[in-house]
Amino acid sequence: MPTESAGEYAPVQSRARSFYGRYERKEDLEHQTHFCPGCGHGIVHKMIARAIDDLGVQDRTIMVGPVGCGVFTYYYFDVGNVQAAHGRAPAVATAIKRSRPESIVIGYQGDGDLSAIGAAEILHAANRGENITVVFVNNAIYSMTGGQAAPTTLVGMKSTTTPNGRNAATEGYPLHVCELLSTLQAPAYIERVGLGDNKQIWQAARAIRRALANQVHGLGFSLIEVLSPCPTIWKMTPVEAQRWVRGVMENEFRLGVFCDRTNERAVSADLRPVTPDPALDDLPRILGVARERLPGSEAQAFTPGREIDLEVRIAGFGGQGVLLLGEVLAEAGLDAGLEVSWLPSYGPEMRSGTSNCHVRLSRHAIDSPLVASPVVLVAMNEPSLRKFDRSVRSGGWVIYNGREFPADCARDGLNVLARPFTELADELGEKRAANMVMLGALLEITGVLPQASIDHALARLVKNPRWVELDQRALARGRELYQGSREG
Amino acid sequence: MTEADKPGQKQDRGRLCIDGEECKGCGLCIEACPPRVIAMSEPLNHYGYRTAIYAGAGCTGCGVCFMACPEPGAITVYRLVNAPGPGARSAQVAVEEASACAGS
Repeated sequence: MPTESAGEYAPVQSRARSFYGRYERKEDLEHQTHFCPGCGHGIVHKMIARAIDDLGVQDRTIMVGPVGCGVFTYYYFDVGNVQAAHGRAPAVATAIKRSRPESIVIGYQGDGDLSAIGAAEILHAANRGENITVVFVNNAIYSMTGGQAAPTTLVGMKSTTTPNGRNAATEGYPLHVCELLSTLQAPAYIERVGLGDNKQIWQAARAIRRALANQVHGLGFSLIEVLSPCPTIWKMTPVEAQRWVRGVMENEFRLGVFCDRTNERAVSADLRPVTPDPALDDLPRILGVARERLPGSEAQAFTPGREIDLEVRIAGFGGQGVLLLGEVLAEAGLDAGLEVSWLPSYGPEMRSGTSNCHVRLSRHAIDSPLVASPVVLVAMNEPSLRKFDRSVRSGGWVIYNGREFPADCARDGLNVLARPFTELADELGEKRAANMVMLGALLEITGVLPQASIDHALARLVKNPRWVELDQRALARGRELYQGSREG
Repeated sequence: MTEADKPGQKQDRGRLCIDGEECKGCGLCIEACPPRVIAMSEPLNHYGYRTAIYAGAGCTGCGVCFMACPEPGAITVYRLVNAPGPGARSAQVAVEEASACAGS
């Protein structure tokens, strides 16, 4: 045992408070990270956690994780966590920071994530000068997927996609993200550091702490690029990999500060003009809606007694007015004081591609805008009918744009209104109004919305008075069609 | 008890505790340690890794190994904070903790 002369030992370096004590991983792995031995991610994680601890911001920090080996930030950091789609961390971080300005938002990205698929995101987030901190872990390769070449792969470096080594003539040169971003005017602080030896590691820790402090002080966009070893994919021992960072990578990616506007920012604070958030009372004016039409206002025109939970799927070719049909329906529902959702889903084509949208109208808050099992399917052509007819609920309706309803689509419990709506619209003077004829039929079938709400919705969404008039006639025609079908 | 605790010897400025279950044996701490007082174990831990072990004496408490280590809590570094003297009872807790840990 220590004698009486023993001095006191106190921990000076230990697990950061911003790490969980145990990780929600597989059984038996709860106290081990998923990183390979010697992985640079672990070191960078520790630097970030330490910086969060030192700045006392754990309770308001939100990490945005990447796709790649760094994906599991949420296993380790005891802070808010969001995992973004590949390369989209800066966009997600922007949204978080803007909607919760008091939060400290850290984007964590690898080189495949940031410099390849997410190159545009980081460029524009930096160019907007978002007040976020980005930690960019560069190991010159796609590691998680097994070692494909990244934009940062060194010339001559072998990877699974450059088996003879990266050739500048065909694969270009390594992308220097810090140099690129430092040409922009908005970023506050950009530095490249390495994990090649003790000295570099200490500098990296200082840089990450500083980048985080910049955000705490509201100075603007900070990015720290960390040259990080990947022993597994580089096929080296951890120590060899560390030396490779120092001896080889560093020659291509120069370490240092590329941009530091923190002093001038500290004086001028945020460059962004401070416009106060609009008050709730201003919203009707900004959105151009009359106050009495707002949901919850006393002027709600619509008070039928029955429960409403209408789920509609509208599908057709692009250009048939599928999305507008849904929009009018949702807008009218909003006007009538209902909860609504409208979710478009369409391909890249402007014309002739498939297009569909999900619309929900309900008296209660809507949990998901997806309509997997519609009550009403509006199918503007046969492929759309065949794609969705099986999903219609029993007792539901199919409004089909066609003279004959395909016999093999018919089933018990399925109500069908099949009419050549395009031709009928043509008779009204414009075949593109077929969507409104179908909407008229839908409104008549469901009876959930008053005509006044439809009128208001049309007036808001259709700018041309000639079209409003035509659409009104088309809606009336659709209502007649359904009434006629009941009588006939 | 380690060598450094024996009466009459000068107390080390630092102490090291390595968690043999969290360590993956990458060896970066061995490379990083300025006084070279970390070695690799012969036996494997139950994950099958050889792990870093503290030689038991000579730590300066610099903390370099901690920063070089990729694992969040595999290494804890202690430093001697008050002058040695009689009656340092509270010190025993920290010392025992460090000793127990270093031996694991």
